[in-house]
Amino acid sequence: MNIVIIKYNAGNIRSVLFALERLGYNAEVTDDPALIRKADKVIFPGVGEASTAMNYLQKHDLDHVIRSLKQPVLGICLGMQLLCRFSEENQTNCLGIIDQPIKRFPSLGMKIPQIGWNDIYGLKGPIFQQVPEHSYVYFVHGFYAPLSEYTIASANYMVSYSAALQQDNFFAVQFHPEKSGVVGEQILTNFLQL
Amino acid sequence: MPLTKRIIPCLDIKDGQTVKGINFLNIRAVGDPVELGSRYAQMGADELVFLDITATHEKRKTLSDLVTRIAHHINIPFTVGGGISSVSDVSTLLQAGADKISVNSAAVRNPKLIEELALQFGSQCVVLAVDTKFVNGEWIVFLNGGRIPTEIRTLEWVQNAVDLGAGEILLTSMDHDGTKNGFAIDLTREVSESVNVPVIASGGAGKMEHFVDVFNQGKADAALAAGIFHYGEIELPALKQFLYDKGIEVRR
Repeated sequence: MNIVIIKYNAGNIRSVLFALERLGYNAEVTDDPALIRKADKVIFPGVGEASTAMNYLQKHDLDHVIRSLKQPVLGICLGMQLLCRFSEENQTNCLGIIDQPIKRFPSLGMKIPQIGWNDIYGLKGPIFQQVPEHSYVYFVHGFYAPLSEYTIASANYMVSYSAALQQDNFFAVQFHPEKSGVVGEQILTNFLQL
Repeated sequence: MPLTKRIIPCLDIKDGQTVKGINFLNIRAVGDPVELGSRYAQMGADELVFLDITATHEKRKTLSDLVTRIAHHINIPFTVGGGISSVSDVSTLLQAGADKISVNSAAVRNPKLIEELALQFGSQCVVLAVDTKFVNGEWIVFLNGGRIPTEIRTLEWVQNAVDLGAGEILLTSMDHDGTKNGFAIDLTREVSESVNVPVIASGGAGKMEHFVDVFNQGKADAALAAGIFHYGEIELPALKQFLYDKGIEVRR
């Protein structure tokens, strides 16, 4: 299987690569549109800031490439947020593949960003097969996608929000499956076996 | 359910070996960091911290190939610190497989470093490590692995660092480190209540009750320990169960 991790200026790409290696898969890290288009699976990771990342994607024409993909795509963390329509992080227009806004966590006396292990529930669809309800996964984020018809997993931190989204072949998780122990490994395996 | 409290084993590394000291002195070797790291990940550690404790002192860079070997084996978040003083140091470590980095002495000497790192890599990547000691009635920041005292008050420095972009605080009481008499509860609470980022309490863990105290009274978001885990005095699954039974949310 031909797995590609999109290379751009955001992200802990190495952690994703190591996670795939532990599961017995090799992946290519690339920003070459041709290689991304012909991959069987595309992973769009991300840690960083939305507007800087979007600028980079546009400058390298990767925004068009990502929108055109028909194979399974997995957006992770910032990668998930960039798949959505608009982010309140520096008022950024994102890729618009999933028609959802990304909002800033309210200031309700809890620490922001949310850093740590939180549980996910209301799990739906193929990437959560064999993942028990209320499994713990690792989150690091200050912005969130509200609950919507695209929600395939929920979590709660001051508000209930989308821990994962799906729109056709685009899967997106707010947490870091590559850092979420055996639960994360199951989710990655499920995605790779789609 | 709320966010869980995190338990973080720490690997202090010297010359490629995991070591442990008392009050930052009498350091001795306790084992292979790659082996320990993967064992802790399997046993339910929520995160792993790797500190190259001699890096600043000997003006060495952290051993990035060791970071890679550890990162290969663990499926939980991984923070690396020790001798980090520039954006390029951090790039190297993230490339090697670290998820976050911790800065200590270099950030005190050049606070702009925190700002640069937060801008380049995001605040979530930047952990401010502070080694502190109670001197003449005040908590004071120490540099170079606890060797050099400053005149900087710990609370002021932490608040300043968060304003500059630090995303997490790793707070070590040198007075408590290695004593196994419990964490610095008052200090931890004071720091935790004064900033809006997570605080990791470090230094003094000896009994399971100490973790309950630092979470309930100390308001810590995470607790870090080394010796009790290295010597098998407290096993991670038993600790998680104990905390759960005391009503503290943990990942089990």
